[in-house]
Amino acid sequence: MTAISLKNLDISYGHTQITHGVTLDIAAGASFALVGESGSGKSTVLKAIAGLAPQWKGDIAVNGKPRSHGIDRGFSKMCQMVFQDPYGSLHPRKTIDTTLSEPLDIHGIGNQGKRVEETMAAVGLDRRFRFRFPHQLSGGQRQRVAIARALMLEPRILLLDEPTSALDVSVQAEILNLLKRLRREQGLTYLMVTHNLPVVSFLCDRLAVMRGGRIVEVADVAQLKAGTLVDPYSRELLAANKGHALESA
Amino acid sequence: MSALLDVKNLRVSFPTPRGPVEVVRGVSFTLGRERLGIVGESGSGKSMTGRSILKLVRAPGKVTADRLSFDGIELTAQSERQMRAIRGARISMVMQDPKFSLNPVMTIGEQIAEALLTHQTLPRSEIRARVFAMLESVRINDPERVAKLYPHEVSGGMGQRVMIAMMLIPEPDLLIADEPTSALDVSVQAQVLDIINEQIVGKGMGLILISHDLNLVASYCDRILVMYRGEVVEACKASELGQTKHPYTRGLLAAMPRIDENRDELPVLDRSAWATA
Ligand SMILES: Nc1ncnc2c1ncn2[C@@H]1O[C@H](COP(=O)(O)OP(=O)(O)OP(=O)(O)O)[C@@H](O)[C@H]1O
Ligand SMILES: Nc1ncnc2c1ncn2[C@@H]1O[C@H](COP(=O)(O)OP(=O)(O)OP(=O)(O)O)[C@@H](O)[C@H]1O
Ligand SMILES: [Mg+2]
Ligand SMILES: [Mg+2]
Repeated sequence: MTAISLKNLDISYGHTQITHGVTLDIAAGASFALVGESGSGKSTVLKAIAGLAPQWKGDIAVNGKPRSHGIDRGFSKMCQMVFQDPYGSLHPRKTIDTTLSEPLDIHGIGNQGKRVEETMAAVGLDRRFRFRFPHQLSGGQRQRVAIARALMLEPRILLLDEPTSALDVSVQAEILNLLKRLRREQGLTYLMVTHNLPVVSFLCDRLAVMRGGRIVEVADVAQLKAGTLVDPYSRELLAANKGHALESA
Repeated sequence: MSALLDVKNLRVSFPTPRGPVEVVRGVSFTLGRERLGIVGESGSGKSMTGRSILKLVRAPGKVTADRLSFDGIELTAQSERQMRAIRGARISMVMQDPKFSLNPVMTIGEQIAEALLTHQTLPRSEIRARVFAMLESVRINDPERVAKLYPHEVSGGMGQRVMIAMMLIPEPDLLIADEPTSALDVSVQAQVLDIINEQIVGKGMGLILISHDLNLVASYCDRILVMYRGEVVEACKASELGQTKHPYTRGLLAAMPRIDENRDELPVLDRSAWATA
């Protein structure tokens, strides 16, 4: 089955068209990466799927159901998004506890205290942060809250926008292991935007490379690992990545 | 020659119901006109160290230091008004949270122009030209369009580059860059860091580069401080970071995935092993 299907997707903000004919099929249970140039429209694609960029032409279907142009309640139980900007996405006046309980409230789910504690533990957040406000946390701690919030409703599909780029490598490793384990245990589907190619190698099985609002290449991760991507821009990314890999003893 | 920045026994604490908690615990270092990297895990106190230098730690946070001197000026003794004259013009900081630190109701172009005018006046046409040139130098290819956008209308990576442009344009003596390129793809990241590097080296500035990316600090800095739980646990030359013997730094290195990654699970730090008392 196809979890996410995009056909000839043209997304615009006002008079500016951002993407051009984006077409992708992501199988249920797959972990798919979207990489590419900054400003090329990666976050915009995720936002359109999540209903946050309503101005589009073409087709979006999630679990076989065509998506409407607005916000859709049932949709949020099925598919959740983790935002690139953990600062903007957390409400400054709400404690972590409130932020995490809220989705449960909206969907009338009980046993909230226990669920909050379990999810905090799952993302490696110490219990003492539970009643803090976002400004009392470091950057990485806030990003873990954002991931925890997306997991609260146990969605089937996660749209992840740079989920670990604000994290240090040890916390990144914990989150990547967590995402890998969740996917294995619960058969989740991921569509993840990242600029970190090694993260793609670890977590994903396929990837699409975007530039200037278009997909320039879709490949298996095996090709990424072997360095055999073919599009010139993809090869440029590979070369830049090699350029600064640390020689460790 | 005296150092550009001299920090001795810097401490930052926050009150909690169970008494104050120190999040920076006696950090000391000096910086010349060189590039210093600060790495360390999330919550280790990197951003607080950077913000302390500009006296930007918000209440109820408390900062103390035996010495915090910048180019002969004792910062701890400066009034808020005196600090405002130093910020931007002499020391500038690219914050970890770019959108948070941009003014949401001013266009990108207006904000960069404002930064340019902190300590000089220029004719209108020149301001425009300088702003566009600065945006182009951080690899924003369509500066005319982007200058007219508001912060919520730019992508994550564009927001970071706008911040960098704003902080470089007044040509400060010291740039503190807190995760300045975490939202950029590797190819733009390298270009933007090269720009920062050119300015630092070319104009003889000092740089403090805060990042969790060990590869990045190793390739763009001269020296590195590794922080853990508010303390500096290792200081080394950037070229030696790959060969470090310190278990904490080695743990950080091992936790990074590689492009030819085949491990099913990444090793994570066993924090109990070298917890400081
Ligand atoms: N609300 C908006 N109004 C107008 N233009 C916008 C808006 N949001 C994004 N854009 C524009 O859309 C383009 C694509 O942005 P998007 O955030 O999708 O990029 P991205 O590929 O995620 O980049 P990055 O890697 O830097 O996060 C950019 O040129 C940006 O200026
Ligand atoms: N207002 C506050 N009240 C209490 N504790 C705080 C407050 N602000 C920050 N802290 C704590 O101070 C510690 C150091 O934070 P800092 O932002 O310096 O971390 P960091 O090393 O920059 O981490 P990251 O890599 O995640 O950005 C963190 O454990 C954080 O929870
Ligand atoms: Mg983005
Ligand atoms: Mg920080």
